[in-house]
Amino acid sequence: MVPVTYYLALSAILFTMGALGVLIRRNALIIFMSVELMLNAANLAFVAFTRTFEILDGQVFVFFVMAVAAAEVAVGLALIVAIFRSKRSIDVDQMSSLKG
Amino acid sequence: MEELFKLVPLVVFLPVIGLLVNIIFGGRMGEKAIGAVASAASGLAFVVSILLGIALWTGHGEAHVVPFADWIKIGTLDIPWNFRVDTLSVTMMLAVSCVGTLIHIYAIGYMHEDVRFKKDEKRYRRFFVFMNLFIAMMMILVSGDSYLMLFVGWEGVGLCSFLLIGFWYDMDTLGRPSWANANAAKKAFITNRIGDFGFLLAGMAMFWYFGSVQFGEVFGIAEQIAAAQPGVIVAITLFMLIGVAGKSAQIPLYVWLPDAMAGPTPVSALIHAATMVTAGVYLVARSWPLYSLVPNAQYIVAMVGAVTALFAATIAVGQYDIKKVLAYSTISQLGFMVAAVGMGAYVAGMFHLVTHAFFKALLFLSAGSVILGLERGHHHLAHHDSHQEGHKGHEDVFDPGDMRNMGGLRKRMPVTFWLYLIGTLALAGIFPFAGFWSKDEILLDARLHYPGVYWLLTIAAFFTAFYMGRQIWMVFFGKPRHEAAAHAQESKPIITAPLMVLAALSILGGALNLPFEGFHNLTHWLEHTIEGVEGLPLNWGVAGLSTLLALIAIFISWLIYGRKPLETGQKDPLKKPLGFIFTGMENKWFVDEGYQAVFLKPYTAISRFLAEVVDWRFWHDWFHEKVIAGTYNWLSNNVLSLAIDTRGIDAFFNGLGALVKQAAVGLRRIQNGFVRSYALAVLLGVVVMLGYLLLK
Repeated sequence: MVPVTYYLALSAILFTMGALGVLIRRNALIIFMSVELMLNAANLAFVAFTRTFEILDGQVFVFFVMAVAAAEVAVGLALIVAIFRSKRSIDVDQMSSLKG
Repeated sequence: MEELFKLVPLVVFLPVIGLLVNIIFGGRMGEKAIGAVASAASGLAFVVSILLGIALWTGHGEAHVVPFADWIKIGTLDIPWNFRVDTLSVTMMLAVSCVGTLIHIYAIGYMHEDVRFKKDEKRYRRFFVFMNLFIAMMMILVSGDSYLMLFVGWEGVGLCSFLLIGFWYDMDTLGRPSWANANAAKKAFITNRIGDFGFLLAGMAMFWYFGSVQFGEVFGIAEQIAAAQPGVIVAITLFMLIGVAGKSAQIPLYVWLPDAMAGPTPVSALIHAATMVTAGVYLVARSWPLYSLVPNAQYIVAMVGAVTALFAATIAVGQYDIKKVLAYSTISQLGFMVAAVGMGAYVAGMFHLVTHAFFKALLFLSAGSVILGLERGHHHLAHHDSHQEGHKGHEDVFDPGDMRNMGGLRKRMPVTFWLYLIGTLALAGIFPFAGFWSKDEILLDARLHYPGVYWLLTIAAFFTAFYMGRQIWMVFFGKPRHEAAAHAQESKPIITAPLMVLAALSILGGALNLPFEGFHNLTHWLEHTIEGVEGLPLNWGVAGLSTLLALIAIFISWLIYGRKPLETGQKDPLKKPLGFIFTGMENKWFVDEGYQAVFLKPYTAISRFLAEVVDWRFWHDWFHEKVIAGTYNWLSNNVLSLAIDTRGIDAFFNGLGALVKQAAVGLRRIQNGFVRSYALAVLLGVVVMLGYLLLK
């Protein structure tokens, strides 16, 4: 059986990639995908713990996370569409009108 | 009959109602209605007084205390406003309201002319309001059941006296613009205040040692106190004497009364002759249980009265103003009364008080009639002249009260002459007029108990007859010394009618207390209130001597003033033979000047010093301006404002503001609007927190 550390390592790698994607990329859609990546990295950690400690709580949390992610995608995509309509672009670097 | 006693508050409230009616509706009522309301208020008070007298008569003179209202109630101190109905207070009520009503009626006519001579008809109403107020206050004074209530009335009549002396406050007695009358009013008020201070001290001492100021309680324990602390009663009675000297115009506080003649003549008659000034006599008579305990104080009171009687009588001889003569005569007669009540002859004092109220009111009102007559004559002349020779009239200053301007008025004003003569004979103590009986009763009491007082009073009686004779000869006999006197006109019946009533009372007043077996009515009447009074039989020696002296005095006055009447501009014939003595009499023995030099000048100097140097330069300029204001300004400018506020508090908060501003300037750089950098911040934050949690 694959030790839980491997899962966690993979989860960490995935999370880091997602975080980097959020920080580095300019395309809002890519950022969005990166956010999904981070969520699913967390999901991976949850299920790994579930299997290791043999309690179902992690599984339940994963379902919650997936539900929240789905809702978030719905809202997020709607936002992106709205931004695209007004700006003709989804480059996040152009969205800096809240600059102090 | 018991129910009648409940009427007693009306003696106070009827005049109050009268004055309220005149205040509220007087503006639309017209002079006659105003006078009628005021006279009716006073007259109804007289009726109530009579009813009270009847009630007392049928109740065998037993004193009644009628509770009326709570007044002062603090802890154990409880001073209600109770009315005391006994023979003494009812005697005073009757005298006050009887004479008061007659004078009110007289004033309807007198003030009608007076306001026209003085050219201010609006003051007519005010006069009657003040007069009613005076009657109310006098009634409070005589009907109160405690020294404090008496004091309320005492102060109230003092106020009315002030208001009425200063009635023509913006002119002098001749109607010229000046503050002379106002100053006379102030003099009366302030001199009275000195006396009131004595009264107050007496009241405080009484409250301190007796624990009460109610007549009944005070007199009840007076003997115990006298046994335990004899000095207390002496002190109280002597302090009271100061009050008496102020109100009843005795030495040394009598100086205000002659000046009080600045008031209209009905005021002089009512307040400064017949009623208010007798309040002191009433006070001593009312306090008889106290005075009877201290013969030494009684002796002092009697001597003060006797000396005043003689002293004022000598001044009256040298006066030229018809009202001033009567004023000094009043002081002199008040001296008789004070001497009488001081000797313990309370009934004689009260008897003289009542008869004097009649004949002195008569004399004053007749004098007012004379003055009006002269003013009418003067007016008539001025009017006449202005027709013939344009505006070139008489001399501007004409004094209608100066006896040197009169003469020969017997023919021009016959009614007034006869009335005046009756008053004079009553005052001089000629048989059978009222003054004869009352004065001789005083003299007889003095003869029996205090020979010194007796001789002083007898000499005073001689002078009384002399100056009254002098006045009669100067005013009514001889030839007119001024054209105004030659054209004087008799007064109307509204003025002379009350005088006739007073004249009748002056003739018959002696019947109140005839010194014969079976009479002594007033003695028996007052016996119910004042214990230990005895009705003395007539002493032919005393009565004969005083009458003889009076007749001699009148004869001498005829020799000097009657046989060869004064000519216009002639000096008083007494001036030459008496020399400086007459100068002294003429100038009131320089008492006013003496007071001026001894009390007023130093007093003004001290006041000026206190005001200018102590108050202004020391307190204001130095202490307040320099020390307090200077220190304060320095402190607030330099320390509080500059050091603490500007440099401390302001600096701190300004720094705080600047700091926040700087911080904001710094922090706004972080707010670059890029989502990524925010996300980075979140990430770093999470990393830091997780790092902290892991490494903890």
